[in-house]
Order: sequence, then structure tokens, then C-alpha cells
Amino acid sequence: MEAFGLLLHGFAVLLTWKTLVLMMVGLVLGIFVGVLPGLGGPNGVAILLPLTFTMDPTSAIVMLSCIYWGALFGGAITSILFNIPGEAWSVATTFDGYPMAQQGRAAEALTAAFTSSFIGSLVAVLLITFLAPMISSFALKFGPPEFFAVYLLTFCSFVGLGREAKHKTVISMSLGLLLAGVGMDTVSGQLRMTFGSAELLRGINFLVAVIGLFGISEILLTMEERLALRGHAASISLRVVLSVWKDLPKYWVTLLRSSFIGCWLGITPGGAIAASFMGYNLAKRFAKDPESFGKGRIEGVFAPETAAHASGTSALLPMLALGIPGSGTAAILLGGLMVWGLNPGPLLFVEHKDFVWGLIASMYLGNVVGLVLVLTTVPIFASILRVPFAAVAPMIVVSCAIGAYAIQNAMFDIWLMLGFGVVGYVFKKIGIPLAPFTLALVLGNRAEDAFRLSMIGSSGNLKVFWSNGLVGSITTLAILLLFWPVIDGLLGRAGWMRRAKPASN
Amino acid sequence: MKAAVVLAATLCSAPALAGWEPTKPVEIVVAAGAGGASDQMARMMQAAIQKNNLMKQPMVVSLKGGASGAEALMYMKSSDGDPNKVLIAYSLIYMLPLSAKIPFNWRELTPVSVIALDQFVLWDNSAGPKTVKEFVAAAKAASSPFKMGGTGSKREDHVLTVFLEQKTGAKFSYLPYKSGGEAATQLVGNHTESNVNNPSENLEVWRAGQVRPLCVFDKERISYTSKVTDTQSWADIPTCKEEGVDVQYLMLRAMFLPGKVTPEQQAFYVDLFHKVTQTAEYKDYMEKQALKPIFLTGKDMVQFLEEDDATNKSLMTEAGFVAK
Repeated sequence: MEAFGLLLHGFAVLLTWKTLVLMMVGLVLGIFVGVLPGLGGPNGVAILLPLTFTMDPTSAIVMLSCIYWGALFGGAITSILFNIPGEAWSVATTFDGYPMAQQGRAAEALTAAFTSSFIGSLVAVLLITFLAPMISSFALKFGPPEFFAVYLLTFCSFVGLGREAKHKTVISMSLGLLLAGVGMDTVSGQLRMTFGSAELLRGINFLVAVIGLFGISEILLTMEERLALRGHAASISLRVVLSVWKDLPKYWVTLLRSSFIGCWLGITPGGAIAASFMGYNLAKRFAKDPESFGKGRIEGVFAPETAAHASGTSALLPMLALGIPGSGTAAILLGGLMVWGLNPGPLLFVEHKDFVWGLIASMYLGNVVGLVLVLTTVPIFASILRVPFAAVAPMIVVSCAIGAYAIQNAMFDIWLMLGFGVVGYVFKKIGIPLAPFTLALVLGNRAEDAFRLSMIGSSGNLKVFWSNGLVGSITTLAILLLFWPVIDGLLGRAGWMRRAKPASN
Repeated sequence: MKAAVVLAATLCSAPALAGWEPTKPVEIVVAAGAGGASDQMARMMQAAIQKNNLMKQPMVVSLKGGASGAEALMYMKSSDGDPNKVLIAYSLIYMLPLSAKIPFNWRELTPVSVIALDQFVLWDNSAGPKTVKEFVAAAKAASSPFKMGGTGSKREDHVLTVFLEQKTGAKFSYLPYKSGGEAATQLVGNHTESNVNNPSENLEVWRAGQVRPLCVFDKERISYTSKVTDTQSWADIPTCKEEGVDVQYLMLRAMFLPGKVTPEQQAFYVDLFHKVTQTAEYKDYMEKQALKPIFLTGKDMVQFLEEDDATNKSLMTEAGFVAK
């Protein structure tokens, strides 16, 4: 139990007044940053990074990682209340979280989101604490074919397990893949689909698209239907929180499954987004009544939030142990580490024990304090829904615009966001799901690069996707999931025939 | 907006010819992603300036790594006359316009100073061949070509790979990754046989004994002699020429202002970055990342840039990477 001793040492480093105050400051700032759509964790951490230059590394990382936790908690708030995901991995939370808010169960949805975030992070931190050395060597097993297999698995699970008509999912996904191709292509070093425009060089930023597709289109729909953001005076109290917690054990399978998916995908860099979608889809797949998902089911909030946070937290492990940031925020924390004179890499755990274990201890403490903090402020956030729509709508549009602008300081992105707002509105009207589109926009590039790198490496031989046990099993699983409806049907028929036979005898 | 900034800038600088100073936060534009070598350097300068009080206004790092750094170039190009933006440039200013036909020419910007030169090293996995000769022999004997990891396509790493092929006769398949960090971990995980990373990008995995430096692509060895690993210092790595592979390449790290700024504004930054090179933070950083110290400004810098541009152009043409 060497890890346990080290962890206690970490807590000892942490438990000083100064660090605790920094932690609170970080969490409050983080929640604030998380609530503003588009601003999100990476920007928040980037803005506040210079504040920490004069601090010692441990205090600095504690404060910055608390901003990160705060932003993670805060991101769920806008997803649920306004259908505007603050971060890529909050998209799946909107599927059921927003309907719940519309039904006047905002407080319940928020409590569920915060609680499951907490559980997800906790599982991941436990994993980091006890399995750190093993996991970092596992992450090294991932070369281009393995990365592609994971992305393929995400895409296939979407098509195979999605509730929407398959052809619409495929249409939506293809459009997303098309737009993901805009800009510089890393593999050939050439520009694609920029049509000579300097603005399109950057490619289409995922968050800009998401703010438009979800946020702006939602405002358009609400305007058309003349629905106010319904001002239910939901009774928000400790009772709601406790009742959600009382029901928690019922969902242990979902929570456990999502934590597992999250941790697994988190340590393979870039997995947080895939994790939230996969957590959601699998929860739906294994539910007795998949149709009730998307209509305000609490499990639909538990599943993606747990997975996203398990993954977001475990993504810090490859950053510390290998220097590969698993997320945008982790990348900026990585920059911070270097300024403080620490080099992330295999030796960090050996040479800077105080720092590493202080950080890990702060993950425990930060999550507990964060949970208490957000839960006590739920009533304040939920009361936003009681403000008349006419007053809230312009504020949302303005904050969406600020968010879209702030990502790359580009005016063009605001026009792009508005354009995506219209696209989102049309998609919703003709019943094309938005989620596959956004998923393809996020992962499209990485999947393409991984595929082409695998092909260069194997001189064009597709067998590379079955070249070892790891990649082979992921690829096979992906293909099974893609054809799941067919396989499920065949299995069902086989079962039916078997049952039918004895009956006919 | 831009006009207003220019106007404000001229109004401010007119009365006080001797000392122009930024009146709002200065943006240091990084043409690469978070955590890359340029970003690290920008953060070092931000910290050095802040800790030593070299400037009244704060400095913010703005990452514009989109389109392999082309985003930063276009951003600088469109910021004519704005003295609150400095670009931390590297050889992409020559290569990108050639390979991807980006409408950009570094002569449109205002040169401030060259602050460092970055080395390239040939690395392989520590389980792989131990010397350049063994490495080349193994690459020639291999049934499928050795995989060479690198950053981006038709850039420094790719050019070096092509010249390595020409000089040794071995074949490599070049895998373009998004960053040097990624190329480093892929080498550790044995997904590639080698890479040509900058020292800073492979430093940590070298210290952990996971990769081995084979040779430096420079005419002389790196000067830093303090031990980096238990047994080796940067100076212990032989040059590629010593090992019989005569390939050399150094990459500049230089600061630029947008075009059409006043000489006073340019002078302020020349002075600022000169002071930065005197700080302990800078010196420490140079040694840690095995960068070659250099400080060029004014005419010397322009002459250096012209020669460097010509070298890069001929390398790119010879490698067949110039877009038609």
C-alpha cells in the first residue's frame, strides 16, 4: 500500500489554509467560467494561468485544477437549463437533461449531473491513485491503428445503437465528417475546402458549431413555438437532492458501466467526448425501454456525465505520466507545468512526489468541496428558468456570441455560429439528429489522421486493424455494433424459431 | 477599429519619441498548439518578463496553431500597424507559403530579433540500434520501410527525412503527427522506429531511458556539457557528419511585429527581447532545452533571414515539396 502512504503525504501537503483558500477561489471561478457557454474550461484556465507564475507549483496546480473541476461542474448547468453544451462532452447531457428542465425537473437534473460527475471523477481518481504506473504503460500501446479502432467504435455505436432512423444518422454524420475536413490537412500538408478564404484556414471550430446548433437553434424554436422557458416554480430544496441520492443505488449498473467506459477511454488520449456519447448509448441499449430516452430520463443524465468526468479526470494521467494532454484544458495545464519548471513525463512521479501526490489529493478534496458548493447553489441556477423568456433570450444570444468569439478571437466565428443556428433549426424540423453531426465534427479529423497514418505504416494493408489482440478486438466490436440491429434481429429470429419448434411438436 | 489603434499608437508615440511603450496588454502569438516548443518558449518569456518587471503592460500568450500555424501568419498579416502583437516565428514562415501556397511573405512583417536556434536530433527507441551505422544498416535490411515519426507534412521533419534517405540510401515511411510530443510517445510505444524531434520534444523520454539520441543534425556538437541522463550530456551526442551522414539543419526562433509599425515601437521590442535574453529564466531555458543562443537584430537579422530563406527554399525544392 505504498500508494496509500503517498496519498496521505499528499493530503499533508494540501491541508494548509493557503491551499484551501486557493482551492475555493479556483472552484468558484471555475463554476463561473463553466456557466458561460463557450468560455469553458480551457479558456478559463488559460486566462488565469499567468496569475500562478509567482506561486509554488503545488499551490498553482491546485488552484488551476480546481478551476478545471469547477468548469466541469459548471458546464452541465447550461447544458441542462438552456440546451447549450459548454464543453464537447456535455453534448450528451443535453439529450435528457434539457427535457427534464422543460418538464420542471431542472433541480433534479442538476443534482443528478453533479452527483454523477462526482462519482465518475472519484472512480477515476481511485484508479489514478492505485494503478498509475500500470496505466501509463497501457496508454503507450496505442498507435494509429488502435486510435482509429476506438474512433470507429464510437461512430459505429452511434449508428448501430442510436434511436433515430439509421439513414438520418448516417446523413448527419457524413455532413459532420465533410465539414471536419475544412482547413489544413496534417497528413498531406495541403489546404482543403478553404476556397481561398483566410477565415476558413482554421477549419470549423467544434464549439462554435455546437453553440449555434444547440443554443441558437433552440432560441429559434422557442420563439416559433412561443413557449417561454417554462417558469415552473419548482420546489428546490434539500429534499430534491436527497430523493435523487436515495434513488442512486437503483442505477448502480449504469454508473459503474459509465465509469468504466470513461476511465478506459480517458487514458487513451482524446477520449472524453467519445466516452460521454458511448456511456449514453450503452445505457440506452441496455435499458428495458430505450424509447423513453431523450424525453427526460434521469439515467440519460447519469450515464454521460459519469463517463465524461471519469474520462476527464483520468485524462490527466497520460498528461502527467507521458506528457500527452487528453483534453484542451489538460494541454494548458501542461503548459503551466513547464512554466513552473516541471517536465511532465515518466520521471515526474519519481522526482516530484510532493507535486504529483498533492495534485492527486486535491482531486479528492476539490471534488468533494466542489460538489457541496454546486449543490448549495443549485437553487440560484435553477431560478434562472423563472425569468421571463423575453428577458433571458437576448442574454443567451449575447453570451453565445461572446463565447463563439472568445474561442479564437474571430468575428467570422459569430457569423458561423449564426449559420449553424439556422442549420440546427432546419435539422430539428426535418428530424435529422444533431448529435452524430457534432460527433463527426469533433472526431472526424482525428479519425481520418489515424486511419491514414495506419495506412502509411502498413503500406495500405487493412489487416493492420487486426494485427494484435487489442486493436483486433476493438475493431471487431465496432463492426458488431454497426450491424447490431441486423444481428439483434437475427438472434431474435433464431430464438423465436427455437421456441417455435417445440411448440409445433 | 484598426485605424483607431494606429491613430492612437501614432498619437502616443509622437510626443515621446525616446520611449514608446505598449498601452495595452501585449499578445504573444504562437503558431503552434498548446504544449509545443513555441508555446513553451512563449510561456518562458511571459514568465521572464513578468518576474523581472521588464514591461508595465501584461503579456498574454495567444495560441493560433490552426492550419499547422498558417492561422498565426494570416493573423499577423491582417494586423498591420498594431504594435501590441508579437509573433514567435520558426521556419514555417518560409515553408508554409511554399508547400501550401499560403499568401504570406515574412518580408511584410517587421523583424524584431532572432532569439535562438533549435537543433534536430535523430532518435530511435532505446531497444533499437545503438549507432547511426547500425541504424542505417537495420533500416536497409528491414522487409518493410522503417517508420519515421515527425510533426506535420512537408515541413522540417519531413525535409530531414528525405535528405536522410538521399544520404544513406535507406527508405523510410514518414508518419506526420500533429505535434512533436505525439511523435515522442509513439516512438516510445514502438509504433515508429525513429523520429527527428527537437531536443526539447524528446528530453523527458530520453531522461527516462526510453529513447536514444543517435546524432545531431549540425556541423558541431551541442555545447551543453552538464549531465542530462545518468551517463550522457547533450555534448555527448555525435554530429551526424561525424557518423558519416552529412545532413545539417538548424531552425530559427525569431520575433516579428506586424507590418507598418513605427521605428520607436520596433526599438522598444528589440530592447525588450534583448533584456529577456539576459534573464536567468532565458538562460536556464536555453540550457534545459539544448537551444543554441543567438541574438540578431536590425540589418544582421534581415541578412540572416534572407540566407535562411534561400536555404529552406532550395531544400524544399530539392525534396519536391513546393506546390505548383
